[in-house]
Amino acid sequence: MALHEIHITINNEPEQVAVPANMTLMRMLREKLALTGTKNGCSAGECGACTVLLNGEPVNSCMVLAVECDGARIVTVEGLASEERLAPVQETILSEGGVQCGFCTPGILISAHALLQRNPNPGEDEIREALVGNLCRCTGYVRIIESVKKAARMQLPAG
Amino acid sequence: MNTHPTLPEFDYLRPRTLAEASEFLSRHPGEARPFMGGTDVLVRMRDGFLTPRFLVDVKGLDGTNELRFDPRAGLTLGAAVCMNRVIASAEVRTHYPLLAEACRSVASYPLRTRATVVGNLCNASPAGDTIGACLVLEGVLHVHGVHGPRQERLGSFFLGPGKTTLEAGDVVTAIHFPLPPKGCAGVYLKLGRNQLSDLSIVGVTALGYPDSTCLSGYRFRLAMASVAPVPLVPVEAERHLASHPITPESLREAAQLAADACSPIDDVRGSARYRRLMVRNLSAMALAQVWNRLTG
Repeated sequence: MALHEIHITINNEPEQVAVPANMTLMRMLREKLALTGTKNGCSAGECGACTVLLNGEPVNSCMVLAVECDGARIVTVEGLASEERLAPVQETILSEGGVQCGFCTPGILISAHALLQRNPNPGEDEIREALVGNLCRCTGYVRIIESVKKAARMQLPAG
Repeated sequence: MNTHPTLPEFDYLRPRTLAEASEFLSRHPGEARPFMGGTDVLVRMRDGFLTPRFLVDVKGLDGTNELRFDPRAGLTLGAAVCMNRVIASAEVRTHYPLLAEACRSVASYPLRTRATVVGNLCNASPAGDTIGACLVLEGVLHVHGVHGPRQERLGSFFLGPGKTTLEAGDVVTAIHFPLPPKGCAGVYLKLGRNQLSDLSIVGVTALGYPDSTCLSGYRFRLAMASVAPVPLVPVEAERHLASHPITPESLREAAQLAADACSPIDDVRGSARYRRLMVRNLSAMALAQVWNRLTG
């Protein structure tokens, strides 16, 4: 099968990758770029473990072809923190105990981070709706929701 | 069993013009498929139900990324406009709230970053959540074929599960909605196995508006998801409401006529008998909600 040469920006770094047409973005991240923070759960857009930001918006990377991403900006869980600091929702998922086995956590972090970018002060219903595509079989979600609420409070200007 | 099957082999093309896309698709009937958000086609390929030799990416072709509202002409949604953009559009929410509501009922936010209304229509699943809204809002498809552009009415577009009047070489570029009827109210009631994100067991779309040419003074449009081989418009129920005074009883009778029009199947999401009963109940609820908003 012919390989397609694509240029992408991944976690702020330019990359050039040769991919077959049938390689999903999820597989390219894991198998070509060793960014294994992005998890493969269902390969069908159901579980959200593979959620990444594509041009700033969350997508299920198992439902995107790598070849479509030529010219795109991609952020994975590895790119959420800066050199010195975790992103707010990364801080709070730790402090609130929103992680158990951790398999869903990268996808949850990306979805929650994207929610806080488009809506800095979401209500509980909005948090639940934004995370509906991220399944967690451990926590029962309560602590995850609390993490997102706390991250929103951290980000809001005081007062 | 391989729980993580990879996609079968195929090749990917990104034509630069609609003419080029149509020409390639028409030269490879049965082998090449137009590719939009991929949320359905990739799942069906992974599961072995589809094995195209070529995916022809038609996102970003001439005008397909446009969402445009004109207060005189209505709304044009380009084929590549994703559902999250439809939901976020202030103009859609003001003038076509039913369309935003239907989009919001689809899967999850990340899926809707990719899923498109036009893809939902072309996919022609009887369960398509946005199809009902498109039907009752009288959407018209703009299609680019080998012989140039044409328009397709949705009323005659669906032929069976996954089957439409589209032929090899056809690319749907947009859906256009006329201005909604004055004073209309609409609702989409979806019954899934959970509150959010699931496919519909039954979906009922209802739109009502004042119309002095009807005996009842009101006209209702209805569309049903997951209850027939194609998205279903229960014409008898619509006629009943146009020709009888609107009362709790006539609304109930119309809901029963809607249930009678269905030919559902048993599947993993629900039995045919359950679906028929739920069409009756959800139609009654949808019509009552619309009626309350029309008269409240």
